[in-house]
Amino acid sequence: MKKIAWILTFVMALSLVLSACGAPATEAPVVEPVATDAVATEAPATEAAPVEPFRVAVVMPSAINDLAFSQSMYDALMRIQEEKGGPEAFEIVYSENMFVVDDAAAAIRDYASQGFNLVIAHGSQYGSSLQEIAPDFPETSFAWGTTAETFGQPNIFAYEAASQEGGYVNGVLAATLSQSGTIGVVGPIEVGDAKLYVDGFKAGVLATNPDAVVNVNYIGSFSDVALASEAATTHISAGADALTGTAQMVVGAIGKAEESGAMWFGTQSNQSSLAPTIVVSSQVYHWEVALREMLALIEAGTLGGQSFKANLANGGEVIEFNPDYDLSDDAKALADTTVQGIIDGTITITLP
Amino acid sequence: MITDLLSTTVLIGILASGIRLATPYLYAAIGETFGQKSGVLNLGVEGQMLLGCFAAFYVAYTTGNLWLGLLAAMFVGALMGLAMAFVTVNLHAQQGISGIGFYLFGLGMSELLFQRLMGTVETVKGFPKIYIPGLSDIPGLGEIFFNQNILVYGAYLLVPLAWFVLNKTTLGLKIRAVGENPDAADSLGVNVARVRYFTIILGGTLSGIAGASLSIALLNVFQQNMTSGLGFIAVALVYFGGWKPVGVLGGALLFSMVNSLQLWIQVLGIPVPSDIAVMMPYVLTILVLVATVSRVRSPSALSKPFERES
Repeated sequence: MKKIAWILTFVMALSLVLSACGAPATEAPVVEPVATDAVATEAPATEAAPVEPFRVAVVMPSAINDLAFSQSMYDALMRIQEEKGGPEAFEIVYSENMFVVDDAAAAIRDYASQGFNLVIAHGSQYGSSLQEIAPDFPETSFAWGTTAETFGQPNIFAYEAASQEGGYVNGVLAATLSQSGTIGVVGPIEVGDAKLYVDGFKAGVLATNPDAVVNVNYIGSFSDVALASEAATTHISAGADALTGTAQMVVGAIGKAEESGAMWFGTQSNQSSLAPTIVVSSQVYHWEVALREMLALIEAGTLGGQSFKANLANGGEVIEFNPDYDLSDDAKALADTTVQGIIDGTITITLP
Repeated sequence: MITDLLSTTVLIGILASGIRLATPYLYAAIGETFGQKSGVLNLGVEGQMLLGCFAAFYVAYTTGNLWLGLLAAMFVGALMGLAMAFVTVNLHAQQGISGIGFYLFGLGMSELLFQRLMGTVETVKGFPKIYIPGLSDIPGLGEIFFNQNILVYGAYLLVPLAWFVLNKTTLGLKIRAVGENPDAADSLGVNVARVRYFTIILGGTLSGIAGASLSIALLNVFQQNMTSGLGFIAVALVYFGGWKPVGVLGGALLFSMVNSLQLWIQVLGIPVPSDIAVMMPYVLTILVLVATVSRVRSPSALSKPFERES
């Protein structure tokens, strides 16, 4: 009996850990060259040799096509690559699904020792690893987010998003368009970027319609699509006709919203493709705004020590409307006014 | 606010959600029950589910035929079961570890295939809800029990079917004999290896269906690691249910109902921190396990490789 109890405890504990935390990264840090298979060793640049590409490596907690956090960074890097003249001039290499921080730390160190110019640790959970690794590679520039903390290191950049701003705009729209006055939110875990977005959204709804009811549900997981879907069903049963949510497991919730014809408001990446009939707007992170500044600094010889904030004012956050959704001109104008109000400071978002 | 929980909308919501959430657990855990009854512990359920999830989604997405998707999931699950059976029955591998290996294989493989074949999250139109004239119209009950898709009904029909096979048929007798005392079964002419092959492949097939129930019936999307530990909970439910299909049903329903209850608790704004709320189903399940585990007896030969003594 003891053995059974032991196995049981183990299995229950394992399932708790798995479901609460999401994907364990199973693969060893896989380096997937997006651009060229450039040789890792850095040859001293001579004048005769062709210009060496600027080399960026990024480590991400989920997949590059998660329609959420990781994709926002991947898309931004691809846009930068295009600006810079393609893979020959700007090489991008990534490791995705690095949920296990230990694996991510190993990948970060590998990239740094391979002489990448900029190594991005795209996840606040990678911070303490980066703090240890960065001093060993003073020639390499590191960036991590979302945070404002550079640990006082001269070669660490920090970046974060004022996700409450886009959340607020989405909230204003949701409150305006909702017929029932009940709005549902599906969140992952009540921290960081997710909490900022949800709080901003709530503030936007209540500023527009103080009588509206915003029901918030944190499902305790970034990966449990089934529970996210059931959370959305719960909101709809509770009378919600507009839903939003953040992190990659919301694909389940979007599906349920679509089934019942409830509106969806997206964040992090543009989620219109998933449900073209119901997605109204998405707050999209354009990390390239912060990245451009970092790259300029790196070229000028500053490898870190500064933090960047993506917001509506600097174009690091953009409200993207779904062209397939029939949004009234009034509502669109209201959203635009709200964006403008946040930018020029006439609207202040009070967070709890 | 607590009293809000007792309103009809909420009660119906909790029960209907619970019924749906329990569906994948039922397929996977009933499959696992067969395996364990014959003495094989398969911890690879999660991996089999993930591959089933992807196979069903990909085939349904490309062909537009949900039934082909379901068949693909069953086939992939069966194939995973076959491999597991070979490793545990023929090679006498340690079952726990090889199961974890199969889990990791399924996790990685489904991600790889998803990246290569799909590249981005897409949706399909899944199995529709089935309207049963008369039954679906019953107020309350109709919404809870008779407004679901075919794979949900299938999961609940599987429970009595599994009970019947395990307890009332010769095959069931053989399975139990092999799990309790393979030497005795062998000396009576039961082919231990064949029975175990059968149960493990059956378990894999059902895990495949469990995956399909997520990707083409309940959620209608595929995302990496979307089972999110569900397969491990299914294994735990087998212990919880005392290796009885009805017990598994009870466990799956308890876990799922508490899960949907905690969703409602948050939605209704009852002041319970979200971290505590999401813990509820796990904590409750562990408590029930602790209270009941001493009463049940596992199949004696569980997780022991069978080697014929000559």
